[in-house]
Amino acid sequence: MAETILEVEHLKKSYGSQALVLNDISFSIEKGEVVVVVGPSGCGKSTFLRCLNRLEDINEGTIKLRGVSYEKEKKKVHQFREKVGMVFQSYDLFPNMTIMGNLLLAPMKVQKRKKEEVQAEAEQLLERVGLLEKKDSYPRQLSGGQKQRVAIVRSLLMHPEVLLLDEITAALDPEMVREVLQVVLELAKSGMTMVIVTHEMEFARAVADRVIFLDGGKVVEEAGPEEFFNHPKTDRAKQFLNSFHYEAVNE
Amino acid sequence: MQNMGFEVLFRGTNFLRLCGGLWVTLRIALISMILSILLGFVLGMIMNIQNIVVKAICRFYLEVVRIMPQLVLLFLVYFGAAKHLGMNLSGENAAIIVFTFWGTAEMGDLVRSALIAIPKHQYESGCGLGLTKLQVYIYIILPQTVRRLLPSGINLLTRMIKTTSLVALIGVIEVVKVGKQIIDASRYTDPKAGLWVYGAVFIMYFVICFPFSRLSAALEKKFANQ
Repeated sequence: MAETILEVEHLKKSYGSQALVLNDISFSIEKGEVVVVVGPSGCGKSTFLRCLNRLEDINEGTIKLRGVSYEKEKKKVHQFREKVGMVFQSYDLFPNMTIMGNLLLAPMKVQKRKKEEVQAEAEQLLERVGLLEKKDSYPRQLSGGQKQRVAIVRSLLMHPEVLLLDEITAALDPEMVREVLQVVLELAKSGMTMVIVTHEMEFARAVADRVIFLDGGKVVEEAGPEEFFNHPKTDRAKQFLNSFHYEAVNE
Repeated sequence: MQNMGFEVLFRGTNFLRLCGGLWVTLRIALISMILSILLGFVLGMIMNIQNIVVKAICRFYLEVVRIMPQLVLLFLVYFGAAKHLGMNLSGENAAIIVFTFWGTAEMGDLVRSALIAIPKHQYESGCGLGLTKLQVYIYIILPQTVRRLLPSGINLLTRMIKTTSLVALIGVIEVVKVGKQIIDASRYTDPKAGLWVYGAVFIMYFVICFPFSRLSAALEKKFANQ
């Protein structure tokens, strides 16, 4: 039987006194599973991911990592985040450090691992994403796609149980999207557990084991990728998927 | 031979006295600056706290420092403290207090704006990796803040060095005052000494301020290449 990595029950979240951004979401993900979250902008996708990493406080509900619910205590939040990796939309490398510095920081400071060991692993991973020769460069010398690949490696080095990817290609030039998504596809093949928020529908279809369609802070539809993209059940999902097609101007 | 007034610089211990005065100037400026940097970082972080009372207090402090001429502050602390608080402050200590009070406000405001200029994602990705808030500040935020602060920080330091010339008015014998004493003492023997003495003082200020601005330019260049 597969192990459940993350389990979310009745998650509710609102900013201040405004309406609920996330309204009663229950969700779980098993080891090795890739779940893609799609939905119109403002539907709460990103907020959902941020809650999973405890970057946002939640109003109600529980989030359990391997059956353990981490309370709001500071010490535990760090333990939680250590195991739940996250890559953001904007290039979030630290500009004051080299690529290697970016990679070594958290494993050494948070997990207190030895420099040599982490460095060896970092070089191996950089090699895999084709960026080994950039290890002594600074982030500003890299293209957006390269930066995102480094950001993914940085998260992987923490050996997370699950990786959260928040629209990681949304800020990239189109020709760089592919090189980043390729890395994610390979990760999926190697059995990494991931929750992915994306607007790249073709990619979602290729990478997902399961698709969740969020709208208005609720899970509207949940299905396998073939089923969701070919035969969406709800009107809302059909409408959403249609918005990615263009009618030809000329006959 | 006509007396050019130039010799007065090297008569007796005059030149050494000028150097001594310069040291007083530099000492006040550097001690104040070091204190201002330390306190300014703390103030800058406090100023970013989202709390109306905290914000109002910081605002008030900042405005007081900006509105009051440094000279008034010097008089206030030097004479005011003696009279009303019964404290016997030396001129130099009073000067350090005033310059630190001024420098902390300016530095704090610089740190505050440097901190908000750092994108939110820098904090979040640090936290997201499991770093504590303190670690995020030490390894990620502060190093980035420092490089943003360099030009304006060095500018503040050189302004501070120049403004120390005011402390003569509360009885501290710094370089300009020493110059004046030398000129007054040699009024009859070297009536044209003024130009030379003040010229020497001018060069001395230049000699200490110039390396700082070169240093700042060099560091900026180094960071820009990263």
